Amino acid sequence: MARGEIRFLLNDREIRLGAVGAGDTLLDHLRLDQRLRGTKEGCAEGDCGACTVLVGRRAGGTIRYETVNACIRLLASVDLCHVVTVEYLRGPEGGLHAVQQAMVDHHGSQCGFCTPGVVMSLYALWMEAGCTSVEAVETALQGNLCRCTGYEPIIRAALEASKTAPDGDFLVAERARVLAQLAGMNDGARVMVSRDESTAILPANAGDLALILGEYKDATIVAGSTDVGLWVTKHMRDISPAIFITHLEELKRISVEEGIVTLGAGVSYSDAAPVIAEHFPHLPEFWSRIGGWQVRNMGTVGGNIANGSPIGDTPPVLIALDAELTLRRAEGSRRIPLEDFFIDYGKQDRAPDEFVEAVHIPLRAAGSLNAAYKISKRRDEDISAVCGAFSLVVKDGMVTSARLAFGGMAATPKRATSAEAALVDQPWSEASVRAAMAALSDDFSPLSDWRASAEYRSRVAANLLLRFYLETTGSQPARLSA
Amino acid sequence: MDGGRQDAGTRVRGGVHSAERHDSAHKHVTGAAEYIDDMVEPVGTLHAYLGLSEAAHAEIASMDLAAVRSAPGVVDVLTAADIPAVNDVSPVHAHDDPVFAEKKVMFWGQPVFAVIAESRLQARHAAALARIEYRPLDAAIDIEAAIAAGSELVTKPLKLERGFVDKALADAPHRIAGSMEIGGQDHFYLEGHIAFAIPGEDETVTIHSSTQHPSEAQNLVSEVLGVAANAVSVQVRRMGGGFGGKESQPALFAAVAALAAKRLNRPVKIRPDRDDDMIATGKRHDFKVAYDVGFDDEGRILGVEGTYAARCGFSADLSGPVTDRALFHADNAYYFPHVRLKSMPLRTNTVSNTAFRGFGGPQGVLGAERIVEEIAYALGKDPLEIRKANFYGPPGRDVTPYHQTVTDSILDRLVGELEESSDYQARRSAILDFNKKGGVIRKGIALTPVKFGISFTATWFNQAGALLHVYRDGSIHLNHGGTEMGQGLFTKVAQVVADCFQVDLDRIRVSATSTEKVPNTSATAASSGSDLNGMAAQDAAEQIKQRLMEFASEKWSVSAEEVTFGPGGVCVGSKTVPFDTLIAEAYMARVHLSAAGFYKTPDIHWDREAGKGRPFYYFAYGAAVSEVSIDTLTGEYRIERTDILHDVGKSLNPAIDKGQVEGGFVQGVGWLTTEELWWDDKGRLRTHAPSTYKIPLASDRPRIFNVALAEWSENKERTIRRSKAVGEPPLMLGISVLEAISMAVASVADYRECPRLDTPATPERVLMAVERLRAHGGAEA
Repeated sequence: MARGEIRFLLNDREIRLGAVGAGDTLLDHLRLDQRLRGTKEGCAEGDCGACTVLVGRRAGGTIRYETVNACIRLLASVDLCHVVTVEYLRGPEGGLHAVQQAMVDHHGSQCGFCTPGVVMSLYALWMEAGCTSVEAVETALQGNLCRCTGYEPIIRAALEASKTAPDGDFLVAERARVLAQLAGMNDGARVMVSRDESTAILPANAGDLALILGEYKDATIVAGSTDVGLWVTKHMRDISPAIFITHLEELKRISVEEGIVTLGAGVSYSDAAPVIAEHFPHLPEFWSRIGGWQVRNMGTVGGNIANGSPIGDTPPVLIALDAELTLRRAEGSRRIPLEDFFIDYGKQDRAPDEFVEAVHIPLRAAGSLNAAYKISKRRDEDISAVCGAFSLVVKDGMVTSARLAFGGMAATPKRATSAEAALVDQPWSEASVRAAMAALSDDFSPLSDWRASAEYRSRVAANLLLRFYLETTGSQPARLSA
Repeated sequence: MDGGRQDAGTRVRGGVHSAERHDSAHKHVTGAAEYIDDMVEPVGTLHAYLGLSEAAHAEIASMDLAAVRSAPGVVDVLTAADIPAVNDVSPVHAHDDPVFAEKKVMFWGQPVFAVIAESRLQARHAAALARIEYRPLDAAIDIEAAIAAGSELVTKPLKLERGFVDKALADAPHRIAGSMEIGGQDHFYLEGHIAFAIPGEDETVTIHSSTQHPSEAQNLVSEVLGVAANAVSVQVRRMGGGFGGKESQPALFAAVAALAAKRLNRPVKIRPDRDDDMIATGKRHDFKVAYDVGFDDEGRILGVEGTYAARCGFSADLSGPVTDRALFHADNAYYFPHVRLKSMPLRTNTVSNTAFRGFGGPQGVLGAERIVEEIAYALGKDPLEIRKANFYGPPGRDVTPYHQTVTDSILDRLVGELEESSDYQARRSAILDFNKKGGVIRKGIALTPVKFGISFTATWFNQAGALLHVYRDGSIHLNHGGTEMGQGLFTKVAQVVADCFQVDLDRIRVSATSTEKVPNTSATAASSGSDLNGMAAQDAAEQIKQRLMEFASEKWSVSAEEVTFGPGGVCVGSKTVPFDTLIAEAYMARVHLSAAGFYKTPDIHWDREAGKGRPFYYFAYGAAVSEVSIDTLTGEYRIERTDILHDVGKSLNPAIDKGQVEGGFVQGVGWLTTEELWWDDKGRLRTHAPSTYKIPLASDRPRIFNVALAEWSENKERTIRRSKAVGEPPLMLGISVLEAISMAVASVADYRECPRLDTPATPERVLMAVERLRAHGGAEA
């Protein structure tokens, strides 16, 4: 028996909506239906952050509040969540919040249009971790564009705000009550809502998801909607029926067993960050350059794989690490090497009734050499021109195995087999690396586009191998410090 | 000086020269600041959406809008045939900028029709259903193609000439010719274009427009509708950023909204999606600067010849004055003894480029700095030495290519102080040592100055009006022709008024800019907002003040000189009358408590035909030192440190001015580094949203960022409280980053070759320059 409405908390109000279409966005709901117009639309593609709001979701017995881009967050997906907008922000006596006051005092706003989004990002950081360092603030603002201030006064404001502790903050104080309220709204049922023949479905559990996929073979599976959201807002595509999956607990599991890290398909980049940092020490810096903070809070590793993009950030990294993928359907599941999932541009090894359930990443053998590099026009919140991920095993100075994977170099994320062959059974030396660099031209003939020319892509891909060599052998810095 | 009145011990809250907060700061941070899309819509509001062309240059063979008309929610569809009067929104009345293309489209993304529907989403979906067939014509997309095709110019070019340049170049001990490609820039104001028109009785219509130029929107809409200007009211409380992108460009949206609103007698709002905003509205001009410079062994410039070719797009728009200003700044801070400069404003089949912070000036300045680099690398000297050797100086070295004498240069002192405070020399020599080690990472440092001419070069724009009311309760209502786009203009002008009356700032409320309150205004542009409107507001305040003084002297029988306005109240002879009391008494005595103020900049004139005059009232100066690191394997870079010393005269508001300097610098860095406009061979702009067009983020700003105002500076001219304009000049300080990157690149060839980095210097361009210099014989890393 499906529930015919979504239920969520919007600031201090409980909202129940039956008429919700697959592609309805949270931002339009806030601005047009609720008339909460402090949240702005700057780009409608999740890149400027003017629409940043907090979404609180139940996690491990508490609520985790995360910044998201309301413009590409689809409304149906906030079922059983707490949505917090800038209008709800307040200080202890009801005046300005410490973050807001600091922004005023340090002249952190000029035109003011990005400001509500900036305030929400800083507030989330302040509440969860504290705006304690410039680096932390910059990371929190990776998804917030400001065209007026040059950011300097915003950084000053954030550092100032961190002098006030979040202990007595209103969202902290309310947390238990909100948790209880959300729990009370949860009936564990499948949710099915429609508007104008556009349907959104939230399965009750993973088994239910498999059943629904069997029934709706043309359905769009929506995870973090950091890509699907743009199909709606930019390409005006009809994604109905849309099946939402990020609320499914089974798909949010993270485990480390028998030398394998397993990430459920609903695990967001932010959820995965701690386990990735713990087991793959070469990845934290790379990980923090995937999208902006909002995108990492929404987007999932499973979605990054499932959409098959040749310029997704995680596939080359996971291919280099020899990851595998579990695909599931009602009849059962199968497990394949990740690299085999990508068949061609826009074509993946997934049947219409299958879904990506989990990705499995084997831990690296002691002594292996690993690196992941992302090259883009802008350091943060940009799409790769080239992404290179390398995993080698070197024994007694000899390369015994090599996995070199690249993004942005072909129609799919792909291994450089010729370059790998040039390294295996050779000494780990500059001469071998130069041979592998030369062999890359057999592996790839990249395209020219607005992100980079073919010439640059080829040159950089080769140079990344040299950087890898220099970093693993030399003492001189071979790249810019973070 | 005129700002010297100071009562002992006390000051009013929020007078001039104080670091007041932006008047909307509280509303910005709480989300309560209202932008046009946030306004409450009257019942019956409709939404318009534009249908854009899908050919760069073509005849419209057929246009089938049946599916658009029958789409859900659609109320009306407008094309060129539906325009009651003139199908043109050219800001210079060139009649080349139609609201809707007719018969022919001139660029990919040109508006061809508009659809009006019950909701914006419906209008947007419907607009995508048009079936238009095109017969393609030859298209010139970029500067080279336009030159090759012999494209016409969109406007008459400018020539500036002084001395005997041919002889100077021929006789020079050294001579270098080269060229530089300079990319354009999208404004990326966070609030996109929007207009909201509400029909009134008779022919009237009120338009809320996100515009820097309400009077122009008013005039152009009245021409499109075929009604008198007095029927059209344009209002704007605030914009979510403008940067020049909302000077001429809003007229199109205002016209479509007004047209639909009058036709349907319902309120109509139009707001394009970000992608359409970027595709359909103009940007900073791309330039190709060709230069030929002669110089002596010390690096002193002897003669310069330059051609400044600009991608203007399909229409004139503001390309004439933009390319003129490029020429006015082709000298930057340097004396050219013999010079000939020519502009080449080329028509291309791309969106019509427009005003953008600096208005052609930055491209001119960048050309000058390239010339300096060429000389420095040719002579093996520090570019700073070349700069200093060529600064404008005493008589004999003080005349610009447009024959204006530079009388206010403070660059010797300013650059000297910055060189010292930034420890430039020691850091440069440390960097040279670092680079000698030959690693993957290379460093560079550069100090670049800016001299920027202040005034509209169209002399008549240098006027402004203000309207000031003092109400019976002593509260003050201020209105002026300037618009608020985040630059803090409303705050600064209110500070001027607070200071005049010696009342606290919170007594003054500034209201939305409206063509009904102050007529015939100029664009809030050319950095002139505070200079012009501050003076106009001061004039209004002084008028009321004068009446109050006369009233007080008569009522309390003291001489007019014995009436002074102080922070504690108005001193009338030996007694102090609270401001409120004085106003209440004045009202009862029937004193006129409202005034219209006016200002026009004195002493400026410009003869474009002759290329001579004094187009600028004064110059604003500044300088920046930037240090960068580059990765020679990938071309990636990072700004390690920037120090800025900038001249704002005697600042009206140091906090706001500093904000303009910081923000302008970062925007300039974006222009020169990561912001790339990329058109494909069909003439489609492919970097048309923040996913593909990359403006700076917080992590792109310098790791160390020291910004100071030259506190000792005071405008030599009688500007408002001896302050200087600040909006545009700091943008050009970003050039220090480009030149620092250039030095780091040059290190791979031991600084023997000028890297000739074109812009934007993306990591790709940087890596390719590294490879090019290495191929020319530089040492391998």
